[in-house]
Amino acid sequence: MLRTWRQRITATDIVVWVIGLAIAVMVVYGSAKTLALGKYDAATWLDLTITGLALGGVYALIALGYTLVYGILRMINFAHSEVFMSGPYTATFMAYALISLGWWNKYPVLSLLIVMLVAAVVSSSIAVLLERIAYRPLRTAPRLVPLITAIGASFFLQYTFRGLYGSGLKGYPEMDIFKGFLMIAGIRVFKTQATAIIGAIVLMLILYAIVQKTKIGKAMRSVSEDKEVAALMGIDVDKTIATTFALGGAAAGLAGILYLLLFPVAHFYMGFFPGLKAFTAAVLGGIGNVPGAFLGAMLLGLLESVGPSLFLDGLGIPAAYQLKDAIAFTILVFILIFRPSGILGERLTQAKA
Amino acid sequence: MQTPATSPWKQAIQTGLIAGAIAVLLSLVGMVASFSGRFIVSGVFTMGQVIFLAPILLMSYSVIRRTSPQSPRTVLLTGLLTGVVGGAVLAALVLIGKNINLQAMFVNSSPKLHRILTFDQELVPGLLVLLVLSMVMGALASGIFLLPRRYATAINQALVWVILIGLLRDLILTVTVRWGPLAGLIKLLFAVSGLKPVSAVLLFILIAGLHYWRSGKLAVKQTRVQPKQRPLVRWLTWAGVALLLILLPPILGIFFSDILDTVMMYILMGIGLNIVVGFAGLLDLGYVAFFAIGAYTMGVLTSPELAANPMTYWQALPFAMIACVLAGLILGLPVLKMRGDYLAIVTLGFGEIVRLLALSDWLRPWFGGSQGIQLIAQPKIGGLLLNTQQELYYLFLVGVGIVAFIAWRLRDSRMGRTWMALREDEDVAIAMGINHVATKLMAFATGALFSGIAGTIFAAKLQSVYPHSMQFLVSINVLCLIIIGGMGSIPGVFVGSLALMGSPELLREFAEYRYLVYGILLVVMMLTRPEGLWPDARRRLELHEEELAAKAGDSATESAK
Repeated sequence: MLRTWRQRITATDIVVWVIGLAIAVMVVYGSAKTLALGKYDAATWLDLTITGLALGGVYALIALGYTLVYGILRMINFAHSEVFMSGPYTATFMAYALISLGWWNKYPVLSLLIVMLVAAVVSSSIAVLLERIAYRPLRTAPRLVPLITAIGASFFLQYTFRGLYGSGLKGYPEMDIFKGFLMIAGIRVFKTQATAIIGAIVLMLILYAIVQKTKIGKAMRSVSEDKEVAALMGIDVDKTIATTFALGGAAAGLAGILYLLLFPVAHFYMGFFPGLKAFTAAVLGGIGNVPGAFLGAMLLGLLESVGPSLFLDGLGIPAAYQLKDAIAFTILVFILIFRPSGILGERLTQAKA
Repeated sequence: MQTPATSPWKQAIQTGLIAGAIAVLLSLVGMVASFSGRFIVSGVFTMGQVIFLAPILLMSYSVIRRTSPQSPRTVLLTGLLTGVVGGAVLAALVLIGKNINLQAMFVNSSPKLHRILTFDQELVPGLLVLLVLSMVMGALASGIFLLPRRYATAINQALVWVILIGLLRDLILTVTVRWGPLAGLIKLLFAVSGLKPVSAVLLFILIAGLHYWRSGKLAVKQTRVQPKQRPLVRWLTWAGVALLLILLPPILGIFFSDILDTVMMYILMGIGLNIVVGFAGLLDLGYVAFFAIGAYTMGVLTSPELAANPMTYWQALPFAMIACVLAGLILGLPVLKMRGDYLAIVTLGFGEIVRLLALSDWLRPWFGGSQGIQLIAQPKIGGLLLNTQQELYYLFLVGVGIVAFIAWRLRDSRMGRTWMALREDEDVAIAMGINHVATKLMAFATGALFSGIAGTIFAAKLQSVYPHSMQFLVSINVLCLIIIGGMGSIPGVFVGSLALMGSPELLREFAEYRYLVYGILLVVMMLTRPEGLWPDARRRLELHEEELAAKAGDSATESAK
């Protein structure tokens, strides 16, 4: 505190800032050039925006699991992407079972409810088992230890699903009611995308209400504040943590179904990228913060879908869409460097960061 | 672990159910069926049977240990109960699978699996055999528990060795084929697949006897070796190991030399990552990036496809090394302030960015896009072009030798101590005056350099690089092997690499399940033995700090804090 600002800035800071500035200039220049060239019309941009929002909705639901768990245990649940993956897998098999019963297109709402229920139950029980077997015994271990366990659990789940269900792609049958598109105020929106956006918002609101209004939500928040004090107040910490995992797992499973609407294929490796991006979203919004996760996810979805065309096309990069994942990771890296607390998060103390 | 102390019967039933669930999972994942072709003792039992019976044996043992002390009768009954419950769960899987077609969902719930689980018998007698064998496993577990420790370990060792020898039949036969009269003798032990029953029994008795005899000797021996003799003994051991390593390729032949090359490559990378993760405690999940940068620099500089005047391997090597060190610094700088989880994710992202860039059409003119780079130069020494697996092995060996030596010296140097100080408590280390910027950057750069060297040899070996070889899974492989071997332990890297990289190559059936098994290993290892198979002495102390403190008594605990 006594040192002047000049002494507090190190060479590393300068290097980091220069790199950051260079990227910022590139983004602005690229966008300006793309817009000046006028390669895409307004309708294309709108399409990209809607795609981005739909993706963002899915990321938001996955990010919720990361955020809740991080808030409570101060650890990244690395295996959460596999919890997410279990949802679409279950949903696909349920869908085929319902098709063979002939219910799929006959009672679409009922079928959808069954699929959602089963997927949510499966993924939340996987999350709870994960916590019970892999994380609970290690709660007091050095930080690296549960992290490695989480990576191990993630691979175990991935390859268990691969072994159980085969390594091939599983196509998800589209329901008749989701075929085609809607016209909303003159804008053409695919029904699947509209469902994903609305579904994500509704589910986020419900989950937010659970965290904010219910008794168990209150317990979760108090455990994340201070485990010992919460235990003294008569809160069952183990049970609360398990509930957190269950809630996050259910959200991820439901996110999986929305993801299937956008990309109707289930695969054992499908959790990796969405999981990583949802984590990015959670960090972007401020980890540990539920509205932040939503905001971050929507922003990330937009950046990922609009970004390649907007920033990179203008720079003359061919096939810019190939770099959409790279954009997401670059955002992650820079958020963590410049504002690790995210958009809505409070400044994390050293102990937490 | 945290189950309340209830009656042994209840625990036995619970554990039996868990054991059964594990066995069912292993069956449904397909491991049982795909290993069922590999006999351990020819005509008697296969690896597939070991896979579904072993969980029952292990879980019975664990429940017996947890509920001890009990009377021998109770122990035996607990074992039997656990076994029968576990067997019943498996039997239920067969019954359900026979009546409902699960195969639409679980691809491995096939008639073949049911045949294996019922031991090729009719349904009812087959299930009875299954139940009886599970009970035998439970009884075996209680037997091992009840026997004096010396007998029990002898039996354990003999069991493990017989299974290993049976499994590694092909390797053993290939290696010993040129041993003259001994080869004929060894060949007599084996059948077409696995050991002959007679030789299995003989081996079992031999190994158990040997172990029993040795464990008696060991206690005497330890007092007899004088400290003065130790350096000589150690140097002789090292010389022996070195000689063996040099002689390995001609002994093993081309196929196994190729496997050895993979193992050595991973040792090279493992030693590097061991510095970053093991010494400095920075969990780097994007380690493959440096491997990629090494390989791609080599490709770009030496391939006539991309370079105007291609260099030789040795000319390009320094550039590749510089590129890797720079990459290590570039990654290191922004992540200086991050710890633990965040660092892991950012490095993971970095690795993926490198792969995505290499794959992109944008950089295709420079890095070849998804087509990769071909025609990469191979190293020449004098007039000799190193291009076979056996010759390249020596290049790997020299690389590993140099790198291991550097890592070993670094560990005990001032730098090594600062790394460990940072690993244990960053804030305290900084308060003590350690320059954390230089220390961390040094760790990243060294790790990157070693990985890059591995990358250059990899590129030269295949004469080509593709973005697909630079998967996240490579980082995971390296991470797993240093964790299994023991974080911070250099011999551990060798052990881990040999076990994790060698086994999938030797046992083709295993290759399919390697990541499943790695995942299980990582979790189990962290839960039961976080210091690894061949732990670093200091690391072990740190991880078991609390237990040791508890042993030293309450007063010691207080003063330590």
